[in-house]
Amino acid sequence: MDLDIGGDYSEFQDEVRTWLAEHLVGEFTEHRGVGSPTDDTAWDVRVEWERELSKGNWLGLTWPVEYGGRGLGLAQEIVFEYEYARAAAPARVNTQALDLLGPTLLAFGSEEQKHRFLPRILAVEEMWGQGFSEPGAGSDLASVRTRAIRDDDGWHIDGQKVWTTFGDRADWLYLLCRTDSDPALRHRGLSLLLVPVAQPGVEVRPIENITRSKEFSECFFNDARTGDHMVVGGVGNGWRVVMTTLGLERGSALMPMQLAVEREVNELIDAARSSGAVSDARIRHRLVDAKIGVHIMRSTTLRVVSDLLDSRDWATGRATAAAATASKLFASTHHQSLGELAVEILGAESIFDAANASTWARKLFLLSRAETIYGGTSEIQRNIIAERVLGLPR
Amino acid sequence: MALITTDEQEALRDVMRSFLARYSSESDVRAVMDGKVGYDVTAWRMAAEQIGVQALVIPEEMGGAGYGFDELAVVMEEAGRSLFPAPLLSTTVLATSALVAIGGSLAREYLARIATGELVATVAVSEALLHWDSADITTQAEKSGGNWRLSGSKPYVLDGGQAGLIIVAARTGSGVSLFAVESGADGMAVNALESMDQTRRFARVSFDGTPAVLLGDDGSGWETMRVVYDRALVALACEQVGGAQAALEMTVEYVNMRQQFGRPIGSFQAIKHRCADLLVEVESARSAAAYASTAVAAGADDVSVAASIAKVYCSQAFYHVAAECIQMHGGIGFTWEHPAHLYFKRAKSSEALFGWPAHHRDRIAGLIGLT
Repeated sequence: MDLDIGGDYSEFQDEVRTWLAEHLVGEFTEHRGVGSPTDDTAWDVRVEWERELSKGNWLGLTWPVEYGGRGLGLAQEIVFEYEYARAAAPARVNTQALDLLGPTLLAFGSEEQKHRFLPRILAVEEMWGQGFSEPGAGSDLASVRTRAIRDDDGWHIDGQKVWTTFGDRADWLYLLCRTDSDPALRHRGLSLLLVPVAQPGVEVRPIENITRSKEFSECFFNDARTGDHMVVGGVGNGWRVVMTTLGLERGSALMPMQLAVEREVNELIDAARSSGAVSDARIRHRLVDAKIGVHIMRSTTLRVVSDLLDSRDWATGRATAAAATASKLFASTHHQSLGELAVEILGAESIFDAANASTWARKLFLLSRAETIYGGTSEIQRNIIAERVLGLPR
Repeated sequence: MALITTDEQEALRDVMRSFLARYSSESDVRAVMDGKVGYDVTAWRMAAEQIGVQALVIPEEMGGAGYGFDELAVVMEEAGRSLFPAPLLSTTVLATSALVAIGGSLAREYLARIATGELVATVAVSEALLHWDSADITTQAEKSGGNWRLSGSKPYVLDGGQAGLIIVAARTGSGVSLFAVESGADGMAVNALESMDQTRRFARVSFDGTPAVLLGDDGSGWETMRVVYDRALVALACEQVGGAQAALEMTVEYVNMRQQFGRPIGSFQAIKHRCADLLVEVESARSAAAYASTAVAAGADDVSVAASIAKVYCSQAFYHVAAECIQMHGGIGFTWEHPAHLYFKRAKSSEALFGWPAHHRDRIAGLIGLT
C-alpha cells in the first residue's frame, strides 16, 4: 500500500517528483541515500545538494514566508519527505537547524532572532550544532554546569560541551547554559543561548567515534561571548524551551529513517540471495524478522502521520502519542539487530576485509550502536515511557 | 491508506466497551468457563439485538449492516480485552467470511440466521496441522444419488460443539470443496475437548457418511478459504492486541498500587523498564494489526504478508505481556482466583491457533520470495 494522507496533494506530489527527477542528477545520483543526521559521509556533495534544494525552495516548507519558508502545511511536508526518501536523495546536512533549532526559534525566538537566523539556515549559509550534553551531564541533562554570566556587553560563557554532532562544521551553537548559579534551582536556572563559533573563546575539537570518523566534537568555552539578545525564550526558561520543542516527535522525521532502513533490509535480502545464505532456515527467519520490524516501523509511521494530519494539532493529546514515543526504542533496537545480521550474512569479509562492497554492513553494525544512546538513551526512553505514558511513579 | 480510527469507529468502540462491561465481566467469563454450554447465550443474543455485532460485516444485500473490516477490527479488539466468552471468532469471522465469499441462496439463508444471533456457525478446515494447507485436507466427500456424504475427522474445530452449522473443507474429485453440515446430522460425532484456554471451546468433529450440502462450486473451496484465512489471522491479531492491552493495564495498575520496601514496586526501574518494553510491544502490535486490517478492508495486494506479519508479532507480543503480567504480580498472579492466567492461556492458545509464528515466518519468506 502506498501513502494516502487524505485530501488531494497529487499536484504538489507531481511537483516534488518532477523537481527531484530533474535535479537529482550527475554526481548527486552517485550519492543516493548517502549520510544521515549523524553520518558525515560525502559532506561536500551533500552541502552542494542542500544548496540545490535551497534554490528550489524546498527547505523550511512549513516555515512562514516572511522568514524564507514556503508557509505550507504538515501534509505537504510529509508528501515531500516521502518522495525525498523514495528518491533516495542524499541526507541533508544542517538537520540540527532545519529540524531542531528552526522550530525552536519559530516557537520561542524573538522577531529579531527569527529574521536574523532563519533565512540564513534556509540559504545554507550557516550551519548549526547543539550544545546540550557535558562530561558531567549526559542523561541527567538538568545538571549542566556551563555557565553564562551577563554584563553590560552581553554574555560571558565558560564551560565544556560534548557530543556536538558536526560541531567542527558549525558556524553557530545553541547552548544550554546555567544562568543562575543557585544550585537549588536546577533546571530553572538554565537558559538557551545562541553562540557564534568563530571567536577566540570557543574551541571545537572533533572526537573520533568507534568507526574512527569524526561526526561529533567537544566544545570548550573560555570567556566566550555572545550578544545580550541571544537568549531564546527568556532567561531561566531554557529547560522549558528545550523540552517542549526539541522533545516533539515529528511524524515527518520518522519517515526518511524508516524508508532508509527498508532499503537496507531489501539490500540485505538481495545479498543473502546471491550468497546463498537464504538456504539456512535460521538466517531466513532472521531476515523475515528484519522485514517484520521494518514493516512495523512503517505501520507505526503511517499511524502517527495519519493522526497528525487528522488532529491538525500535532503537539498534544494525540491517540498515537504513545506509539510515537515508543518508536525510537523500537527503531534503534531493530537497527542494531539488522547490523548484526548484516555482518553475519556478508560473512568474514565484512569483519576482516573492509575495502569491498560489504563495508556498508560493517558501518551499519558499528554506527547503529550510537542509536540507543543519542537523543536520550534507551534507558531514559524507558523511564519516559514508564512515567509519562504509563503513569508509573517516579 | 489511513491507519487510525474514525469518530464513528470510536463510537462503536464505546458501545462495545459498555456492552462488554455488562456482559463480559471476569465473573461472566468464569461462569462460562465452568458451564456446559460453552458461551453466554444471553450475551450473544443481546450482542445481536443491542449492537448488531453478528450482522456488522454481512453485506446489506445479504441482510446485514454492510460495515467493513475496520469496524470488525474494533469489535475484535474490544472482545479480546474482556475475553468475551462468545463464538465471535468462529461465527462472525470464520463462517461469515466464508458464507459471504461463497454467496448463493443457501449461504444467504444461513447469513440471515447468523445476523439475528440465532445461528452459531464455524468452519472445520485443518486436520493434522494448525495452519491451513490444502494438502492437509483428507476428509472425503462422495456423491451418490445426487447427495454428498462426508467421511473423515477434524480434530480441533473452534466452537465445534456450539455451532449449529459447520462449514467443512473436504476433498472431492475436483479438489477441496466446502460443505454445510448442521448439528445433529447423521454419522457426525462431536466431542468437546479440554482446552488449556477455557475461554475458547474446541471439539473433535468426525464424519462417517454424514450427509452434507455443497456450498459454492465443487473444487473452488480452497480459493474461498484462502480469503477466509487472511481475514481470520487479522481478526485474531486484533483480538490479541486487545488482550495484550488489557494485560498491560492490569500490570501497570498493580505495580502502581503494590507496596514493598516502603514504596510502590512500579517506582523501581527493574519494573519500570519492563513495563516500558511491554508498551513498545503493544503499540507495535497495534501498528501491525492496524496495517493488516486496513489491507484487508482495502483488498490490498500485500494482504497475506500483512496478515502473517500481524499474526507473528501480535502472538508474540500478547504472550510476552501475559507472561510478564504473571511475573510482575508475583505469587497472586499464579493463583486460580486472579485473572492473569486467563490472559496467559488465551495468549498461548491464540499463538497456536491458525499456525505457530514459526510457520507464519515461513509463509512470509515464501510470499516475499525469500527462498
